[in-house]
Parts: sequence; C-alpha cells; structure tokens
Amino acid sequence: MRHMLSIGDLSREDIERLLGTARALEGPDPLPVLRGKLVLNVFYEASTRTSSSFELAAKRLSGSTTTVRSSGSSTDKGESLKDTVLTLSAYEPDVIVIRHPQIGAPAFVVRLTDAHVVNAGDGKHQHPTQALLDLYVLQEAFGRLEGLHVAIVGDVLHSRVARSLVQALRLVGAHTTLVGPPALLPRGIEQLGCEATSELGAIAAADVVYVLRMQRERMLPGASYVPSLREYGARWGITPERLRPGQKVMHPGPMNRGVEIDARVADGPDSLVLRQVRAGLVVRMAVLHDLVAAGAASRLGAVA
Amino acid sequence: MLVCRNGRSDSLTLEGRLPGERCVAVTVQDGFIARIEPGGSSRAVRDNLVLALAFVDPHVHLRTPGREDEETIASGTAAAAAGGYCAILAMPNTDPVVDSASVLRGLLETARREAVVPVGFMAAISRSLEGEELTELGELADAGAAAFTDDGRPVRSAGLLQRALQYGAVTGRTLALHCEEPTLSRDAHVHEGAVSAELGLAGYPSVGESTMVERDLALAAYEGRPVHLMHLSARESVEALARARDAGVQATGEVTPHHLCLTDLAVRDLDPNVKMNPPLRTERDRQALLDALRDGTIGAIATDHAPHAREEKDVPFEAAPFGVTGLETAFAALYTHLVEPGLLTLETLLERMSAGPARALKLPEPRLEVGARANLVLLDLEAEWTVTTEGFRSRSANSWLLGEKLHGAVVATVADGRLVHG
Repeated sequence: MRHMLSIGDLSREDIERLLGTARALEGPDPLPVLRGKLVLNVFYEASTRTSSSFELAAKRLSGSTTTVRSSGSSTDKGESLKDTVLTLSAYEPDVIVIRHPQIGAPAFVVRLTDAHVVNAGDGKHQHPTQALLDLYVLQEAFGRLEGLHVAIVGDVLHSRVARSLVQALRLVGAHTTLVGPPALLPRGIEQLGCEATSELGAIAAADVVYVLRMQRERMLPGASYVPSLREYGARWGITPERLRPGQKVMHPGPMNRGVEIDARVADGPDSLVLRQVRAGLVVRMAVLHDLVAAGAASRLGAVA
Repeated sequence: MLVCRNGRSDSLTLEGRLPGERCVAVTVQDGFIARIEPGGSSRAVRDNLVLALAFVDPHVHLRTPGREDEETIASGTAAAAAGGYCAILAMPNTDPVVDSASVLRGLLETARREAVVPVGFMAAISRSLEGEELTELGELADAGAAAFTDDGRPVRSAGLLQRALQYGAVTGRTLALHCEEPTLSRDAHVHEGAVSAELGLAGYPSVGESTMVERDLALAAYEGRPVHLMHLSARESVEALARARDAGVQATGEVTPHHLCLTDLAVRDLDPNVKMNPPLRTERDRQALLDALRDGTIGAIATDHAPHAREEKDVPFEAAPFGVTGLETAFAALYTHLVEPGLLTLETLLERMSAGPARALKLPEPRLEVGARANLVLLDLEAEWTVTTEGFRSRSANSWLLGEKLHGAVVATVADGRLVHG
C-alpha cells in the first residue's frame, strides 16, 4: 500500500492482511520495524484516541514520531495547509498521519509530499483506521466477519466512521443496516451496499449495535435534523431495554452518555468499547508497518 | 497558407471545408466577407480543416474589476480568441458589482482599449446582487448592458424578479437567470446522491435547481417576457424548460461543456478542479442535457469560464471555491467527448456554440455570406494536444481537463473582421 486514504481504496485481501498483521503485533515488546523512520502526526481537529494511538504505535515499532496540532502551530498565524505540509516534508517523514476537518485534505496532502499518507479522519468523509480496528474487534468477539449483521445507529449523515465502516463491512462479507432519523440518513447511502431505515426495531436482528456519537454541535436550534436532542434520545437512544440479552454494543467515542447511549449499556458486559480503544493501537501499528515495510506478510514472520 | 493575409493588413483568405460540405475559400476585406469561392487547395480537405462561424460565449467571468490577478479583459478575451470565440458576455458578479452605469462605462472603456474580441457586459438585476432592490435597469441598458443577471446567485425574491421582468418592456433586455433555491443547496459542495453520500459532502439536489427553474419560468410566462436559464444541470430543469417552451414561453437555456462531458463520479478523486456550481450530476442528467442540446430545447453552449487563483484551488476539495475555466478548451473537449464518439454531430455542436447563443441573448448572429461582418473559425479536427497549466492565455489554469489529451484545435479565429488568433 502506498497510502491509507479511504476504505474504498482497499481490497478484501488488503483488509485480511492488515488484520493478520495486527494480530501478529499483539504483545508488549517493541519491534524494530520503524527503526530510523519518522512518523509525523498532523492534527487539525481535537483527538484523544486516534492521535495517542498513532504516536504509541510508531513508538512501539521503534520509530520517531511527533504530533503537530493546529492550535499553537503556525496555522494560528494563517499558514495554509499546503505550506504546513511542505514545511513538515522538509524533515523527510516516512509517514504523515493527517486529521483535518475538510473533506479531501489527505488527498491534497498526497499531492504535496513523498511520504506515505494516512487519513486519520477528514471531515465527514473517511476514517479508515477506525473501520479497521472495528473489524479487528468484531473478528475477536465473534471469530468471524463473514455473515455478521451490524446495525449502525444514529447520525450517519455527519459520520466518517459510518461511511468507512459500511464500506469495510461490505468488503468482508458482513451485512449492515443503518438506523437513524430520516434527515440524518444521507440520500443514496444504500448504494454503498447497506440498508437504511428510521425504524429502531431493525436493530433486533443485528449481532452488534454500533452506536454513533450524536454531534451536539450539529443539533443547534434551526438545523432541524431532528426536532430536538430530547426527542432523538427518546426515539433512537440505545437503552438496555432496547437490546437483546447478549447483543454486543460498540461506539467509536467520545460518548454522550444519556443521549445516544445509556450509561448502563456503555458500561455493561456486552460493551466492546474499551476493546475498540485497545485494538486501535495494534491496528495502527499494522497500518504503519504495512505502509513502510512493503511486502508485509512475508516480513511479519521475522518480527512476530 | 490556409490563412492567407493577401499581402495587406485589411485582407485575408481562409480556406477550409464547410461542415459536412465542400471546401471553400473565404476572403475577408475591410472586416467584411468579400468573396466565398470554391476552395482551390485540396490540403484543406486532406488536413481536415473545417471552416465555421466563430463561437459566441454567453457566460464568462472576467473577474474585472476586483480580481485582475485571476483574469483581465485583455487575458480573458485573448483566451476567447484562442478558443475560437468572436464574442463573449461577461458576468457582473465582480468587486464592485456591475450594478451602476459608472462601473459599466468604466468596463466598456477598458474593453475598447484592451479587448481582443468583442466583449459585452451583463449588469446586475439587484443592487450588490442582494436580491432586494432593483438596479437602475434603464440607465444600465442605455449605458450598454447586454443583458441582466444576478449570476452566482438566484434572484432570491420572486417579487423582485417579477418587477425586473416587467421592466424588461422598458429596457428590451433579456434576463439571464441562475436558478438555485439556496435553502436546498446550503453548505453544499456536490450533487446530492450516491457520490455525496459516499464522500460525506453536503449535497445540492437536482430539485434545488428545478424548483427555481419552475418558479422563474412561471413568472416569465405570467409577464410574457423572455428569460435565459443559465448553466442548466438537472434533468428536471430541462423537462421544465421543454414544457415552458412548448407552452409558448420565451425561454432559452444554456449548458456547459463540463456538464455535457462529466458526471459526479468525476468528483470521487476530490480534485478541486472538478468543483463547480451547479455541480456535476448523474449520467441520467447528462443524457437529458445532451438530448436537449440535440433537439434544441437547450440552444446554447456556455463555458461559465470561472478563473481562480492557483492558491485558491490549492486546498482540500471542501475548502475550494466553485468554478472551472473553459474558453480555451470548450471546442476540443466537446469534439473529443461528444462528436468523435458519435453522440453529437459536428454541425449541431457548431450551431450551439455560435448562432444558438447569439440568438438566445439577442446578439448579432455570425453569418457566412458576402457582405456580412467576418466572424470565422478554422478548426483542425486531426490535431491532438494535451491540456497543461502552461498552455493558457487565461491568467488562471483551473481547468477540469488538465493532463487530458484532446482532439481538435482552433487554428485561426476572425472576430469582428480581424484575425485575432492564428
């Protein structure tokens, strides 16, 4: 792989290879895969999980890494993304990990640098490493991906997580149902290979209920995607009563407890949320490994 | 010589095959067509040189005044000459807006000095394009406004549009309308459909254009005044235009080369040079536009040439402004994408780029007859060239065709009797 921009660029083989690499990278010992390599994280949006896990992943693979954030950087002085990337490219990074609020930012960065580029989230478009770590958790929890049924519930319209995950689940032969208020289900989304409905009852048939973060900032009065946040919670909030016993629950974080997800569900025995966080580390290690060390599968035998 | 200057500055002869016809030699003297004779040279046939009426572009952004770094009257009209155009109309959404006779007079004065081909200027319908108060339409018409438009925006208020239509009885000018319902296109970057769903970009649905088309046509019918619908992009808009024309409404329409050649699938690579408003829509829309162009429902091809500074487009897709250039590529793009594959005849393409737009905006029609002002273009259909950022006369290079190999080139352009290219 040259870059990791969108799940849409991957094949099923790519995904299986990456998940296999991640499994082989489990364990506490540092590996020398990225020795002498530089991974630059460039974050133009707030992030806890993604930025920390990319940093840790690079370090666990013996690479150098640093994170540049838009606040406190030259961006505050009006420097354009182009100039920031050209400046950072002068350090000759092997990988640039970019999170940016504007759709198309990673594709733009690719045109400016020789480094491998990883999309760590671009606006509402894609967050491919999140989808990969979600697959990793599903594979761990169910022992398979083929034929799984995942219901993704909430604000699909504004969710890069949903877009990436729908594509990823389709690639591995799993089945997806999107559930949410009508105005938050983007028109045409079925053509990505999923079903879409506003009936919460559709979650009953799913093996997993994947709850999306309700983006409060988008629910300001006047936006009218839903009449109110309260009405959203009442109709689409995931409570213990709305789940089957044993039905697994996932959430990409950060959670709005009491809005899209009841605290009893978030902290309950069927919640896979913390496993998702943990998987973020090995999956991002696998992505860095795959980009920098070409022919990942063969080399892995040596490091695992 | 296929363009022969005949040894004097005020006389030249062009030789080429008339589309689908014989080879002729047209002699231009003192700016007028003096003779049309059977072509003597077989080279014109062998080289597949076509002699046609020069093109008219009813929709160009010259960015002057205000953004002369992106385009000037000199550079924009030089680009037009290179593209085979003998006349263009510039849009008034400049800074300041062309909403007063003084701004318009200044432009006409500059154009007299530096325009390479004749350029007309549309003036704004509403002051500052805000859609609230009419400009002084009568004074602007007297000062030389070619037509009126709020292009870049719709005329927001139906009441104001009605008043502007009524006042057309005084000015005699056509209203050129940008049809977009802003509450349905808010924050949008692309067509609403499978591609916007996949990319996460907010979508501008077809119905956002067609509801405004329907409103504007209803008002035009009620007031019995002519309207010209700009850069149509949606099937539903075309259907509304066809119905209105059948019912006798004086309505014309235009379509851009990019809407005829591309669909929203082209946006999936997130290249800012395929970002424009109205957005590229689906294959069904493209086919409807093409059908309408063939049957004459849409009589005009307009480039909507919209130059942007390099740094403005050198940003992520979502941050990029709308608009692409088109003057220097329109013919070759349409010849390559539509005529060569057999989707459109050369004759129809040439008509929709020349007499069609001239009629729609009530401009003088280029004519091929002795005594007519010479407005001619010589086209080499066998030429192959690649579009590059360095090759433009325009000050901007935000073309959707960069890197593409095109067939068909403009060899020479005669505009208003003068050889302006070739």
